[in-house]
Amino acid sequence: MIRLAIALLALAALAVLPRFVSEYELGLLIGMASYVALASAWALFSGHTHYISLATVAFYGTGAYTVAVLNESLPYPAVLLCAALIGAAMALLVGLSTLRLSGIYFVIFTFGLAELVRQLITWYEVSITGTLGRYIFLDLTARDIYWQMLALAAIAIGLTAWINRTRLGLALRAIGDDEVVAAHSGIHLARTKLVAFTISATLITLVGAVGSPRWVYVEPLIVFNPTVSFLTVIMALLGGANRLWGPLVGAIPLFLLFEWLSVNFPDTYPIFLGLMFIAVVFVLPNGVLAGLDDLRAWLGRRGK
Amino acid sequence: MTLLHVDTVSRFFGGLKAVDQVSFEMESGTIMGLLGPNGSGKTTLLNLISGFLAPSSGKIIFNGRNLAGARVDKIARAGIARTFQLVRILPSLTLLENVMLPAVFGHRAHWGKEAERVAHAALQKTGLGDRANASAGDLNYIDQKRLELARALAAEPELLLLDEWLAGLNPTELQEGIRLIESLSGSGITIIMVEHIMEAVRALCPRCAVMNAGRLIADGETSTVLSDKAVIAAYLGDAEYA
Repeated sequence: MIRLAIALLALAALAVLPRFVSEYELGLLIGMASYVALASAWALFSGHTHYISLATVAFYGTGAYTVAVLNESLPYPAVLLCAALIGAAMALLVGLSTLRLSGIYFVIFTFGLAELVRQLITWYEVSITGTLGRYIFLDLTARDIYWQMLALAAIAIGLTAWINRTRLGLALRAIGDDEVVAAHSGIHLARTKLVAFTISATLITLVGAVGSPRWVYVEPLIVFNPTVSFLTVIMALLGGANRLWGPLVGAIPLFLLFEWLSVNFPDTYPIFLGLMFIAVVFVLPNGVLAGLDDLRAWLGRRGK
Repeated sequence: MTLLHVDTVSRFFGGLKAVDQVSFEMESGTIMGLLGPNGSGKTTLLNLISGFLAPSSGKIIFNGRNLAGARVDKIARAGIARTFQLVRILPSLTLLENVMLPAVFGHRAHWGKEAERVAHAALQKTGLGDRANASAGDLNYIDQKRLELARALAAEPELLLLDEWLAGLNPTELQEGIRLIESLSGSGITIIMVEHIMEAVRALCPRCAVMNAGRLIADGETSTVLSDKAVIAAYLGDAEYA
């Protein structure tokens, strides 16, 4: 109860923050909220199951593109609803065909998926509609977008906390440890993974949709940038993908770091991204939070 | 009442007949030893019954329903639980969570307090009751074996498949293990145990069946089966006894 109260207070404080910051800082806040939402939503499925999905940008880009296509013909809430439905439908389709794959094959497939979706949309735009780029003109301020993104991040974390207490959460953790044992305990593997993957992908699609007005001009090469997928994975892993607050702990510092790097080293910053990825996997395979626990246990033993 | 009827079940891997036209029945509440040299198809047979593998042909009728080729989780929910020859526990979960799984998702599908009660009872039975909140990854080999059995028991199964559960125990632990299986059998659970330890088979199983090269070569009263010439030949090699 106390934890929930602290979390809600923090959320309220974050919600009034735009009053006190500049336009540039508000942009940073939106970026942070986006990546906290992305990393948390990603971890909702991948954190416990250990199925590393590189399809984040496939859903993120689809969300952005849905807004680009529909923003002039439908009211904004309906556009968001469409984006969520399209994301969920895509996740179900992808899930049904891939969740029987294990380990590395799943990783490769999800990576290919993002590219496939991008190429399909490019082909459709060029050969059917005859345009490639699209403009998004919505009557939304940066503050509106920030509040929506903050709400998405809160929903992603809240939903994860709730799932962790349910049968679904227990089943996902069992699957992450040993699918054979999970199945022999009576868990329907395909259905369990499909449900979690779809929830996760729908949230990611919404992050893309909500953030899209910031782009103004949208084309496949921009919104299907694979860096989004990699950043999401590194952030979640850095904080600890199987911890409730892990993705948040990883996302905020890494977002600020990459923002700084991309401003100061625009040409070389992808190198840092790669090095970071390697470092996280080698040094902190279970994330910062687990690392702190280990350190505390080690200090405790030394103290005795 | 017949609980399990394995009816001319076969499983081929390419040209290899791992299980070849095996048939037997088991009455509810009985216990049977399943013997045979390494590679004779015992574990494959357990895998076919638990659904880990699908039979190439034949029927596996459990409680009147043919489960041959059904999904593993469906078979588990039907009331069949097992342990594995190479111990499989969920290392990042606590002991209680390990055991909660089948209580929650298995045969009876409990949730909340009732699931915890069933899980705690299973841990108590296997002597792990006071370590419910320890991490399963920290257990030593014997306790991992206990945990695996506790997990199978928490499913409240009608049929329990034990794959060399007694292997690797020291003499004291072996006696404890035998007493534990005896009490399970006494509580009405039907048990098939694959076992190499003859002492345990003699002590626990009035009936045993023997496999060799995929076929069931003997099935009957344990003392009769163990003195059967074909069985001795299968274990010790044909040259001396055939």
